[in-house]
Amino acid sequence: MRTLNRRDFGAAVIAAILLPATSARADDMDVHIDNFVFQPAELKIKVGTTVTWTNRDDIPHTVVSAGRFRSKTLDTDDKFSFTFTNAGDYKYFCSLHPHMTGMIKVE
Amino acid sequence: MSGQDQGDDGVSRRKVLECMTWAGTGVLWTVTGGVPRSLGIIDSAEAATAVTPGMSFLQISDSHVGFDKPANPNALGTLEEAVGKINAMPAKPSFMIHTGDITHLSKAAEFDNAERIISQTKLDVHYVPGEHDFIDEEVKLYRERYGRGTKGHGWYSFDAGGVHFIGLVNVVDLKAGGLGNLGAEQLAWLEDDLRGKSKSTPIVLFAHIPLWTVYPQWGWGTEDGSRALEYVKGFGSVTVLNGHIHQVMQKVEGNVTFHTARSTAFPQPAPGAAPSPGPMKVEDARLRSMLGVASINFKQNEQRLAIIDTPLQG
Repeated sequence: MRTLNRRDFGAAVIAAILLPATSARADDMDVHIDNFVFQPAELKIKVGTTVTWTNRDDIPHTVVSAGRFRSKTLDTDDKFSFTFTNAGDYKYFCSLHPHMTGMIKVE
Repeated sequence: MSGQDQGDDGVSRRKVLECMTWAGTGVLWTVTGGVPRSLGIIDSAEAATAVTPGMSFLQISDSHVGFDKPANPNALGTLEEAVGKINAMPAKPSFMIHTGDITHLSKAAEFDNAERIISQTKLDVHYVPGEHDFIDEEVKLYRERYGRGTKGHGWYSFDAGGVHFIGLVNVVDLKAGGLGNLGAEQLAWLEDDLRGKSKSTPIVLFAHIPLWTVYPQWGWGTEDGSRALEYVKGFGSVTVLNGHIHQVMQKVEGNVTFHTARSTAFPQPAPGAAPSPGPMKVEDARLRSMLGVASINFKQNEQRLAIIDTPLQG
Protein backbone atom coordinates (compact mmCIF):
# COMPACT_ATOMS: atom_id res chain seq x y z
CA MET A 1 0.00 0.00 0.00
CA ARG A 2 1.45 3.29 -1.11
CA THR A 3 1.70 5.99 1.43
CA LEU A 4 0.12 9.27 0.42
CA ASN A 5 2.33 12.29 0.74
CA ARG A 6 0.89 15.31 2.45
CA ARG A 7 -0.08 17.06 -0.82
CA ASP A 8 -1.82 14.03 -2.39
CA PHE A 9 -3.66 13.36 0.84
CA GLY A 10 -4.97 16.89 0.78
CA ALA A 11 -6.20 16.50 -2.82
CA ALA A 12 -7.88 13.17 -1.97
CA VAL A 13 -9.72 14.72 0.95
CA ILE A 14 -10.96 17.57 -1.25
CA ALA A 15 -12.17 15.14 -3.90
CA ALA A 16 -13.93 13.07 -1.26
CA ILE A 17 -15.76 16.13 -0.04
CA LEU A 18 -16.61 17.54 -3.46
CA LEU A 19 -17.61 14.46 -5.41
CA PRO A 20 -20.57 13.25 -3.36
CA ALA A 21 -21.78 16.80 -2.97
CA THR A 22 -21.63 17.39 -6.73
CA SER A 23 -23.33 14.14 -7.64
CA ALA A 24 -26.01 14.65 -4.96
CA ARG A 25 -26.84 18.00 -6.46
CA ALA A 26 -27.25 16.41 -9.89
CA ASP A 27 -29.58 13.71 -8.52
CA ASP A 28 -31.86 15.79 -6.38
CA MET A 29 -34.91 17.44 -7.87
CA ASP A 30 -37.58 19.48 -6.16
CA VAL A 31 -41.30 19.79 -6.69
CA HIS A 32 -43.13 22.53 -4.83
CA ILE A 33 -46.80 22.58 -3.96
CA ASP A 34 -48.07 26.14 -4.27
CA ASN A 35 -51.70 27.18 -4.66
CA PHE A 36 -52.89 23.56 -5.03
CA VAL A 37 -50.52 22.97 -7.96
CA PHE A 38 -47.47 20.69 -8.29
CA GLN A 39 -44.64 22.74 -9.79
CA PRO A 40 -43.28 21.71 -12.15
CA ALA A 41 -46.26 19.60 -13.11
CA GLU A 42 -44.01 17.34 -15.20
CA LEU A 43 -40.42 16.44 -14.43
CA LYS A 44 -37.96 14.43 -16.56
CA ILE A 45 -35.25 12.71 -14.53
CA LYS A 46 -32.62 9.94 -14.77
CA VAL A 47 -32.92 6.61 -12.95
CA GLY A 48 -31.56 6.98 -9.41
CA THR A 49 -32.79 10.54 -8.96
CA THR A 50 -34.40 11.54 -5.69
CA VAL A 51 -37.36 13.90 -5.92
CA THR A 52 -38.42 15.94 -2.90
CA TRP A 53 -41.90 17.48 -2.67
CA THR A 54 -42.42 20.45 -0.35
CA ASN A 55 -45.89 21.67 0.61
CA ARG A 56 -45.89 25.46 0.71
CA ASP A 57 -49.69 25.81 1.07
CA ASP A 58 -51.64 26.54 4.26
CA ILE A 59 -53.62 23.36 3.61
CA PRO A 60 -52.30 19.77 3.92
CA HIS A 61 -51.65 17.76 0.78
CA THR A 62 -50.43 14.27 -0.10
CA VAL A 63 -48.33 12.86 -2.94
CA VAL A 64 -49.66 9.50 -4.16
CA SER A 65 -48.77 7.36 -7.16
CA ALA A 66 -51.04 4.32 -7.13
CA GLY A 67 -49.10 1.19 -6.21
CA ARG A 68 -45.75 3.01 -6.26
CA PHE A 69 -45.44 5.61 -3.56
CA ARG A 70 -47.62 7.37 -1.03
CA SER A 71 -46.56 10.19 1.27
CA LYS A 72 -47.97 10.83 4.70
CA THR A 73 -50.15 13.91 4.92
CA LEU A 74 -47.86 16.89 4.43
CA ASP A 75 -48.72 19.92 6.53
CA THR A 76 -47.30 23.34 5.65
CA ASP A 77 -43.55 23.10 4.84
CA ASP A 78 -43.47 19.30 5.30
CA LYS A 79 -41.43 17.35 2.74
CA PHE A 80 -41.61 13.92 1.11
CA SER A 81 -38.76 12.31 -0.86
CA PHE A 82 -38.76 9.33 -3.19
CA THR A 83 -35.84 7.83 -5.14
CA PHE A 84 -36.77 6.54 -8.59
CA THR A 85 -34.87 3.32 -9.28
CA ASN A 86 -36.86 2.20 -12.33
CA ALA A 87 -37.52 3.91 -15.63
CA GLY A 88 -41.10 4.73 -16.54
CA ASP A 89 -43.88 7.29 -16.26
CA TYR A 90 -45.11 7.95 -12.75
CA LYS A 91 -48.44 9.76 -12.62
CA TYR A 92 -49.26 11.04 -9.17
CA PHE A 93 -51.90 13.16 -7.42
CA CYS A 94 -53.00 14.58 -4.09
CA SER A 95 -55.43 12.11 -2.55
CA LEU A 96 -57.14 14.94 -0.65
CA HIS A 97 -57.52 17.23 -3.66
CA PRO A 98 -57.54 14.86 -6.60
CA HIS A 99 -57.70 17.62 -9.19
CA MET A 100 -54.02 18.17 -8.31
CA THR A 101 -51.99 15.89 -10.58
CA GLY A 102 -48.36 15.60 -11.67
CA MET A 103 -46.02 13.39 -13.64
CA ILE A 104 -42.43 12.18 -13.19
CA LYS A 105 -40.83 10.72 -16.34
CA VAL A 106 -37.84 8.53 -15.44
CA GLU A 107 -35.37 7.61 -18.19
CA MET B 1 -91.17 20.05 -16.18
CA SER B 2 -88.26 22.17 -15.11
CA GLY B 3 -90.43 25.25 -15.20
CA GLN B 4 -93.13 24.01 -12.89
CA ASP B 5 -91.64 25.43 -9.73
CA GLN B 6 -90.22 28.54 -11.25
CA GLY B 7 -93.33 30.69 -11.19
CA ASP B 8 -92.15 33.82 -9.46
CA ASP B 9 -95.11 35.55 -7.91
CA GLY B 10 -93.05 37.23 -5.25
CA VAL B 11 -92.82 36.47 -1.59
CA SER B 12 -96.04 36.95 0.29
CA ARG B 13 -96.06 38.78 3.58
CA ARG B 14 -97.17 35.64 5.35
CA LYS B 15 -94.33 33.66 3.88
CA VAL B 16 -91.86 36.30 4.96
CA LEU B 17 -93.19 36.21 8.49
CA GLU B 18 -92.98 32.44 8.61
CA CYS B 19 -89.44 32.52 7.44
CA MET B 20 -88.55 35.20 9.91
CA THR B 21 -89.04 32.80 12.75
CA TRP B 22 -85.56 31.65 12.21
CA ALA B 23 -84.00 34.93 11.37
CA GLY B 24 -82.37 35.98 14.59
CA THR B 25 -79.91 38.56 13.42
CA GLY B 26 -79.07 36.61 10.30
CA VAL B 27 -79.45 37.13 6.62
CA LEU B 28 -82.66 35.46 5.60
CA TRP B 29 -82.77 33.41 2.44
CA THR B 30 -86.05 32.41 0.96
CA VAL B 31 -86.32 30.10 -1.99
CA THR B 32 -90.05 30.25 -2.54
CA GLY B 33 -89.89 31.73 -6.01
CA GLY B 34 -87.33 29.26 -7.32
CA VAL B 35 -84.52 31.76 -7.14
CA PRO B 36 -83.08 32.35 -3.71
CA ARG B 37 -83.30 35.91 -2.54
CA SER B 38 -81.80 37.59 0.42
CA LEU B 39 -84.25 39.62 2.40
CA GLY B 40 -81.46 41.37 4.22
CA ILE B 41 -80.73 41.60 7.86
CA ILE B 42 -83.76 40.97 9.99
CA ASP B 43 -83.69 42.30 13.51
CA SER B 44 -84.68 40.11 16.41
CA ALA B 45 -87.71 42.26 17.34
CA GLU B 46 -89.32 41.45 14.00
CA ALA B 47 -88.29 37.82 14.33
CA ALA B 48 -89.95 37.64 17.73
CA THR B 49 -93.36 38.39 16.21
CA ALA B 50 -93.22 35.32 14.00
CA VAL B 51 -95.12 32.11 14.48
CA THR B 52 -93.72 29.01 16.15
CA PRO B 53 -91.74 26.87 13.74
CA GLY B 54 -92.30 23.22 12.91
CA MET B 55 -89.09 21.26 13.10
CA SER B 56 -85.79 23.03 12.92
CA PHE B 57 -82.18 21.94 12.95
CA LEU B 58 -78.77 23.52 12.57
CA GLN B 59 -75.90 22.95 10.21
CA ILE B 60 -72.34 23.61 11.26
CA SER B 61 -69.39 22.88 8.99
CA ASP B 62 -65.66 23.01 8.42
CA SER B 63 -64.55 23.82 11.95
CA HIS B 64 -60.94 22.81 11.06
CA VAL B 65 -59.94 22.58 14.71
CA GLY B 66 -56.15 22.84 14.80
CA PHE B 67 -55.92 25.37 11.97
CA ASP B 68 -53.68 28.26 13.07
CA LYS B 69 -52.51 29.91 9.86
CA PRO B 70 -52.85 33.65 8.99
CA ALA B 71 -56.39 33.28 7.60
CA ASN B 72 -57.49 32.57 11.20
CA PRO B 73 -54.86 31.87 13.88
CA ASN B 74 -57.54 30.63 16.29
CA ALA B 75 -60.05 28.33 14.59
CA LEU B 76 -61.00 26.81 17.95
CA GLY B 77 -61.90 30.29 19.19
CA THR B 78 -64.28 31.00 16.30
CA LEU B 79 -65.88 27.57 16.76
CA GLU B 80 -66.48 28.57 20.36
CA GLU B 81 -68.09 31.81 19.14
CA ALA B 82 -70.33 29.84 16.80
CA VAL B 83 -71.42 27.65 19.70
CA GLY B 84 -72.14 30.78 21.72
CA LYS B 85 -74.29 32.03 18.85
CA ILE B 86 -76.18 28.73 18.73
CA ASN B 87 -76.77 28.71 22.48
CA ALA B 88 -78.18 32.24 22.26
CA MET B 89 -80.76 31.36 19.61
CA PRO B 90 -84.30 32.11 20.75
CA ALA B 91 -85.70 28.69 19.85
CA LYS B 92 -83.72 25.55 20.59
CA PRO B 93 -83.20 23.50 17.44
CA SER B 94 -84.01 19.79 17.49
CA PHE B 95 -80.46 18.73 16.66
CA MET B 96 -77.42 19.66 14.63
CA ILE B 97 -75.60 18.24 11.64
CA HIS B 98 -71.88 18.77 11.07
CA THR B 99 -70.87 18.50 7.42
CA GLY B 100 -67.24 17.59 7.96
CA ASP B 101 -63.71 18.86 8.37
CA ILE B 102 -64.24 18.84 12.10
CA THR B 103 -60.44 18.85 12.45
CA HIS B 104 -57.63 20.20 10.33
CA LEU B 105 -55.20 17.27 10.59
CA SER B 106 -57.19 14.42 12.22
CA LYS B 107 -55.14 14.62 15.42
CA ALA B 108 -56.66 13.09 18.55
CA ALA B 109 -56.30 16.39 20.42
CA GLU B 110 -58.12 18.22 17.61
CA PHE B 111 -61.05 15.77 17.77
CA ASP B 112 -61.08 16.11 21.56
CA ASN B 113 -61.10 19.92 21.43
CA ALA B 114 -63.87 19.95 18.82
CA GLU B 115 -65.99 17.62 20.95
CA ARG B 116 -65.38 19.67 24.08
CA ILE B 117 -66.67 22.85 22.39
CA ILE B 118 -69.47 21.41 20.24
CA SER B 119 -70.92 19.40 23.14
CA GLN B 120 -71.62 22.72 24.88
CA THR B 121 -74.62 23.12 22.56
CA LYS B 122 -76.16 20.11 24.39
CA LEU B 123 -77.61 19.08 21.02
CA ASP B 124 -77.45 15.72 19.30
CA VAL B 125 -74.95 16.10 16.48
CA HIS B 126 -75.00 13.98 13.33
CA TYR B 127 -71.62 14.04 11.62
CA VAL B 128 -70.27 13.23 8.19
CA PRO B 129 -66.51 13.31 7.59
CA GLY B 130 -64.51 15.73 5.50
CA GLU B 131 -61.21 14.80 3.89
CA HIS B 132 -59.40 16.46 6.80
CA ASP B 133 -60.98 13.97 9.23
CA PHE B 134 -59.46 10.91 7.54
CA ILE B 135 -55.75 11.79 7.47
CA ASP B 136 -54.48 10.17 10.66
CA GLU B 137 -52.01 7.38 9.98
CA GLU B 138 -54.43 4.52 10.63
CA VAL B 139 -57.57 6.41 9.51
CA LYS B 140 -59.43 5.34 12.62
CA LEU B 141 -59.97 8.37 14.88
CA TYR B 142 -63.08 9.69 13.11
CA ARG B 143 -64.74 6.31 12.97
CA GLU B 144 -63.91 5.48 16.57
CA ARG B 145 -65.71 8.65 17.62
CA TYR B 146 -68.51 9.03 15.09
CA GLY B 147 -68.76 5.79 13.15
CA ARG B 148 -70.97 3.82 15.52
CA GLY B 149 -74.08 2.52 13.80
CA THR B 150 -72.93 3.69 10.37
CA LYS B 151 -72.25 1.73 7.20
CA GLY B 152 -69.12 1.60 5.05
CA HIS B 153 -66.93 4.63 5.64
CA GLY B 154 -69.60 6.25 7.81
CA TRP B 155 -72.85 6.75 5.90
CA TYR B 156 -76.27 6.39 7.55
CA SER B 157 -79.83 7.67 7.61
CA PHE B 158 -82.33 8.63 10.27
CA ASP B 159 -85.79 10.17 10.57
CA ALA B 160 -86.70 13.30 12.47
CA GLY B 161 -89.86 15.41 12.45
CA GLY B 162 -91.22 13.60 9.42
CA VAL B 163 -88.07 14.28 7.38
CA HIS B 164 -85.73 11.52 6.18
CA PHE B 165 -82.08 12.50 6.66
CA ILE B 166 -79.23 10.79 4.82
CA GLY B 167 -75.58 11.41 5.72
CA LEU B 168 -73.20 10.50 2.89
CA VAL B 169 -69.41 10.16 2.68
CA ASN B 170 -67.78 11.53 -0.47
CA VAL B 171 -64.19 12.04 0.70
CA VAL B 172 -62.83 8.48 0.43
CA ASP B 173 -61.08 6.73 -2.42
CA LEU B 174 -60.79 9.84 -4.56
CA LYS B 175 -59.47 9.22 -8.07
CA ALA B 176 -56.61 11.15 -9.68
CA GLY B 177 -57.96 14.04 -11.70
CA GLY B 178 -61.46 13.55 -10.30
CA LEU B 179 -63.83 15.10 -7.77
CA GLY B 180 -65.53 13.86 -4.61
CA ASN B 181 -66.59 10.21 -4.72
CA LEU B 182 -69.49 8.21 -3.29
CA GLY B 183 -68.67 4.83 -4.80
CA ALA B 184 -70.79 1.91 -5.95
CA GLU B 185 -71.31 0.38 -2.49
CA GLN B 186 -72.69 3.58 -1.00
CA LEU B 187 -74.88 4.29 -4.03
CA ALA B 188 -76.37 0.78 -3.80
CA TRP B 189 -77.06 1.38 -0.11
CA LEU B 190 -78.69 4.73 -0.89
CA GLU B 191 -80.97 3.22 -3.51
CA ASP B 192 -81.98 0.56 -1.01
CA ASP B 193 -82.45 3.08 1.80
CA LEU B 194 -84.93 5.08 -0.30
CA ARG B 195 -86.83 2.06 -1.58
CA GLY B 196 -90.41 2.03 -0.40
CA LYS B 197 -90.30 5.57 1.01
CA SER B 198 -93.36 7.66 0.21
CA LYS B 199 -92.54 10.27 -2.42
CA SER B 200 -94.05 12.89 -0.16
CA THR B 201 -91.40 12.30 2.50
CA PRO B 202 -89.11 15.33 2.59
CA ILE B 203 -85.51 14.24 2.04
CA VAL B 204 -82.37 15.90 3.33
CA LEU B 205 -79.08 14.68 1.87
CA PHE B 206 -75.93 15.93 3.57
CA ALA B 207 -72.28 15.33 2.75
CA HIS B 208 -69.02 17.25 2.97
CA ILE B 209 -68.12 18.02 -0.65
CA PRO B 210 -70.95 19.54 -2.70
CA LEU B 211 -72.97 16.80 -4.41
CA TRP B 212 -73.57 19.19 -7.32
CA THR B 213 -70.82 20.53 -9.51
CA VAL B 214 -69.89 23.96 -8.20
CA TYR B 215 -66.44 24.42 -9.77
CA PRO B 216 -64.65 21.31 -11.03
CA GLN B 217 -61.40 23.22 -11.66
CA TRP B 218 -61.03 23.35 -7.88
CA GLY B 219 -62.49 19.91 -7.28
CA TRP B 220 -65.76 21.38 -5.98
CA GLY B 221 -68.18 18.67 -6.95
CA THR B 222 -68.82 14.94 -6.66
CA GLU B 223 -67.95 12.61 -9.52
CA ASP B 224 -70.96 10.35 -9.06
CA GLY B 225 -73.17 12.90 -7.24
CA SER B 226 -75.64 12.87 -10.12
CA ARG B 227 -76.26 9.17 -9.45
CA ALA B 228 -77.36 9.97 -5.91
CA LEU B 229 -79.59 12.77 -7.20
CA GLU B 230 -81.22 10.34 -9.64
CA TYR B 231 -82.44 8.27 -6.70
CA VAL B 232 -84.15 11.23 -5.03
CA LYS B 233 -85.59 12.66 -8.22
CA GLY B 234 -89.16 11.51 -7.66
CA PHE B 235 -89.43 12.98 -4.17
CA GLY B 236 -91.42 16.15 -3.72
CA SER B 237 -88.97 17.95 -1.47
CA VAL B 238 -85.22 17.38 -1.51
CA THR B 239 -82.65 19.52 0.28
CA VAL B 240 -78.93 18.93 -0.26
CA LEU B 241 -76.65 20.41 2.41
CA ASN B 242 -72.89 20.53 1.98
CA GLY B 243 -69.76 22.26 3.28
CA HIS B 244 -66.19 22.13 1.98
CA ILE B 245 -66.21 25.40 0.04
CA HIS B 246 -66.42 27.68 3.11
CA GLN B 247 -69.03 30.03 1.65
CA VAL B 248 -72.75 30.17 1.09
CA MET B 249 -73.89 29.03 -2.31
CA GLN B 250 -77.38 28.01 -3.29
CA LYS B 251 -79.33 26.90 -6.28
CA VAL B 252 -82.72 25.34 -6.91
CA GLU B 253 -83.38 22.76 -9.59
CA GLY B 254 -86.91 21.44 -9.80
CA ASN B 255 -87.73 19.98 -6.39
CA VAL B 256 -84.13 20.03 -5.22
CA THR B 257 -82.57 22.84 -3.20
CA PHE B 258 -78.77 22.81 -2.99
CA HIS B 259 -77.06 24.79 -0.28
CA THR B 260 -73.55 25.07 1.13
CA ALA B 261 -72.78 26.44 4.59
CA ARG B 262 -70.08 28.77 5.82
CA SER B 263 -67.11 27.45 7.76
CA THR B 264 -66.54 28.40 11.39
CA ALA B 265 -62.77 28.53 10.72
CA PHE B 266 -61.76 30.49 7.62
CA PRO B 267 -63.28 31.73 4.36
CA GLN B 268 -62.35 30.51 0.90
CA PRO B 269 -62.49 32.55 -2.30
CA ALA B 270 -65.41 32.56 -4.73
CA PRO B 271 -64.86 30.10 -7.60
CA GLY B 272 -62.04 31.29 -9.82
CA ALA B 273 -61.58 34.52 -7.84
CA ALA B 274 -58.10 33.54 -6.61
CA PRO B 275 -55.21 31.36 -7.84
CA SER B 276 -56.35 28.51 -5.56
CA PRO B 277 -59.19 27.50 -3.24
CA GLY B 278 -56.89 27.81 -0.19
CA PRO B 279 -57.71 29.74 2.99
CA MET B 280 -58.50 33.37 2.22
CA LYS B 281 -56.92 36.01 4.41
CA VAL B 282 -59.26 38.95 4.92
CA GLU B 283 -58.83 41.91 7.22
CA ASP B 284 -59.55 41.00 10.85
CA ALA B 285 -62.66 43.18 11.00
CA ARG B 286 -64.24 41.21 8.14
CA LEU B 287 -63.37 37.66 9.21
CA ARG B 288 -66.43 37.03 11.39
CA SER B 289 -68.81 38.22 8.70
CA MET B 290 -67.52 35.37 6.53
CA LEU B 291 -67.84 32.60 9.15
CA GLY B 292 -71.08 31.23 10.51
CA VAL B 293 -73.73 28.55 10.82
CA ALA B 294 -77.00 27.72 9.04
CA SER B 295 -80.47 27.11 10.45
CA ILE B 296 -82.93 24.98 8.56
CA ASN B 297 -86.64 25.13 9.26
CA PHE B 298 -89.17 22.57 8.07
CA LYS B 299 -92.90 23.09 8.12
CA GLN B 300 -95.38 20.41 7.24
CA ASN B 301 -97.06 20.94 3.86
CA GLU B 302 -94.42 23.34 2.64
CA GLN B 303 -92.25 22.05 -0.10
CA ARG B 304 -89.09 23.98 0.63
CA LEU B 305 -87.16 24.08 3.82
CA ALA B 306 -86.25 27.61 4.85
CA ILE B 307 -82.52 28.00 5.22
CA ILE B 308 -81.03 30.92 7.09
CA ASP B 309 -77.32 31.60 7.13
CA THR B 310 -76.16 33.43 10.20
CA PRO B 311 -72.66 34.89 10.21
CA LEU B 312 -70.73 35.13 13.49
CA GLN B 313 -70.92 38.89 13.13
CA GLY B 314 -72.55 41.48 10.88
